Amino acid sequence: MRTTLTIFRREMAGYFATPLAYIFIVIFLILAGILTIFVGNFVGQGHAGLQSFFGLHPWFYLFLIPALSMRLWAEERKTGTLELTMTLPIRLREAVVGKFAAAWCFAGIALALTFPFWITVNYLGNPDNGVILASYVGSWLMAGSYLAVGAFISATTRNQVIAFVVTVTVCFFFVVMGSTIVIDFVSGWANDEFLEFVRYISILNHFAGISKGVLDLRSVLFFASIIGLFLTLNAIVIDRVRSN
Amino acid sequence: MIEVKGLSKRFGDSLAVDDISFRLSKGEVLGFLGPNGAGKSTTMKMISGFLSPTSGTALINGDDVRNKPIEVKRAIGYLPEGAPMWADMSVGGFLKFISAVRGFKGDDAVKKVQKAAELTQLNDVLMQPIETLSKGFKRRVGLAQAMLHDPEILILDEPTDGLDPNQKHQVRKLIKKMAHKKAIIISTHILEEVEAVCTRAIIIAKGKLLTDATPRELLKKSRHYNAVSIAVPNIEKAQEVLEELDSVRRVQLIGENWLMAFPKNKEPINEEVAQALRSARLKINEIRTEGGRLDDVFRTITRQS
Repeated sequence: MRTTLTIFRREMAGYFATPLAYIFIVIFLILAGILTIFVGNFVGQGHAGLQSFFGLHPWFYLFLIPALSMRLWAEERKTGTLELTMTLPIRLREAVVGKFAAAWCFAGIALALTFPFWITVNYLGNPDNGVILASYVGSWLMAGSYLAVGAFISATTRNQVIAFVVTVTVCFFFVVMGSTIVIDFVSGWANDEFLEFVRYISILNHFAGISKGVLDLRSVLFFASIIGLFLTLNAIVIDRVRSN
Repeated sequence: MIEVKGLSKRFGDSLAVDDISFRLSKGEVLGFLGPNGAGKSTTMKMISGFLSPTSGTALINGDDVRNKPIEVKRAIGYLPEGAPMWADMSVGGFLKFISAVRGFKGDDAVKKVQKAAELTQLNDVLMQPIETLSKGFKRRVGLAQAMLHDPEILILDEPTDGLDPNQKHQVRKLIKKMAHKKAIIISTHILEEVEAVCTRAIIIAKGKLLTDATPRELLKKSRHYNAVSIAVPNIEKAQEVLEELDSVRRVQLIGENWLMAFPKNKEPINEEVAQALRSARLKINEIRTEGGRLDDVFRTITRQS
């Protein structure tokens, strides 16, 4: 636990040691603002709520989160610091969890800094703050899932650009799984169980549920299992790098 | 302290390390020699627990690196090839991280960082980001990292690579100073380093261990060992005289006015040579006995394989 925390701290300090953190946060906030106002029609929706803001998150994370996750392991593999990490008395799971937790926390900070939206809607009207809180939690869980997928993919390569492109693609599939186009396509030939499975693994469906204000345990469990699964895969991949 | 048993590593079709075994105890400094790609780094990566061996293993204080990796990593200080580090960290921040990972807290951690920085002369750059440092400084940060917890075992992959002659001297002095209470493995291309710091040398080529000997024993294998070079004005006559000697195997012209006489059994022949020249009333400007050359030995051994 102590080692995990030490790694977490190093990673966190790493984000803020370079302009990366600031640029990421600024772009995150600008994009969130622009998209919500112009694409999400935040102003014209006629009621005080953050649905238009949160509704965009699955799409908006699709590019921002892979930008965060791409360097997690690929960079360590490329510069050789992976060898340094793995020859210090650090267990693999401590490294995997510590690095992921720092990235997730960092994403959480960026997300939390969108609070002016929350203040704005409270100033303009009487939104359901319970729904907003659930949405924030859901959005953060979703960011964690994207990050875990990204961390795993980053572990498979030494090239950050490859990690970015592949992560965007994989996350895209997770998002669109539940969309009508995919469901229609699948329902043409698959049985009900499979269709249910496809619906179940759609990030979009789970997030839509949560952002209606229902912090459904099934959805929370879904995001938690995605994170657990991909972090396990992440550890397996790094272990395989060691044995070549 | 270190026991390497039948260590092998296969990458695809090629055997990078092929059945290497040796033991190392406290007080020894082992030099790992070999051409590029010989398997030196791969061997070190396996002993330090980064790569898992295809077969064989390494025991560190009796702990098997395969099933007690954390214990092994605690006992070892390791400088990986190329001294990789997080470039955006400051030197001080990096060393603090290492001390935290090594389990030091509070004052103890601060002291460890200070001591390591002092030994490697990093005090002036503690606040600087690692990426702004010269190659020599980076290598020293890597060394500081490896020595921070005062480990019983040090494994240093090319510790003096990229250092200037003064810094090299400094690092060798440091290694020698620590040598009596540690077991140290260093890999190097620089053969003079072996003579300067190592008590033992292993030569590896194509993954195989070819020689395990003291530097002195290696020098004895040199064809120059106990050869005598002589500066004489009358070079033809001198050559004739020396070729007559029983103990001389061969006489070679090695420059204007310089001859070299190689002994038959690598026994000292300087007295005899001087005597013979004097008896022939030849003037000797200078006479030197050769101590043997490691690069000779290195080439002979690694080419045979």
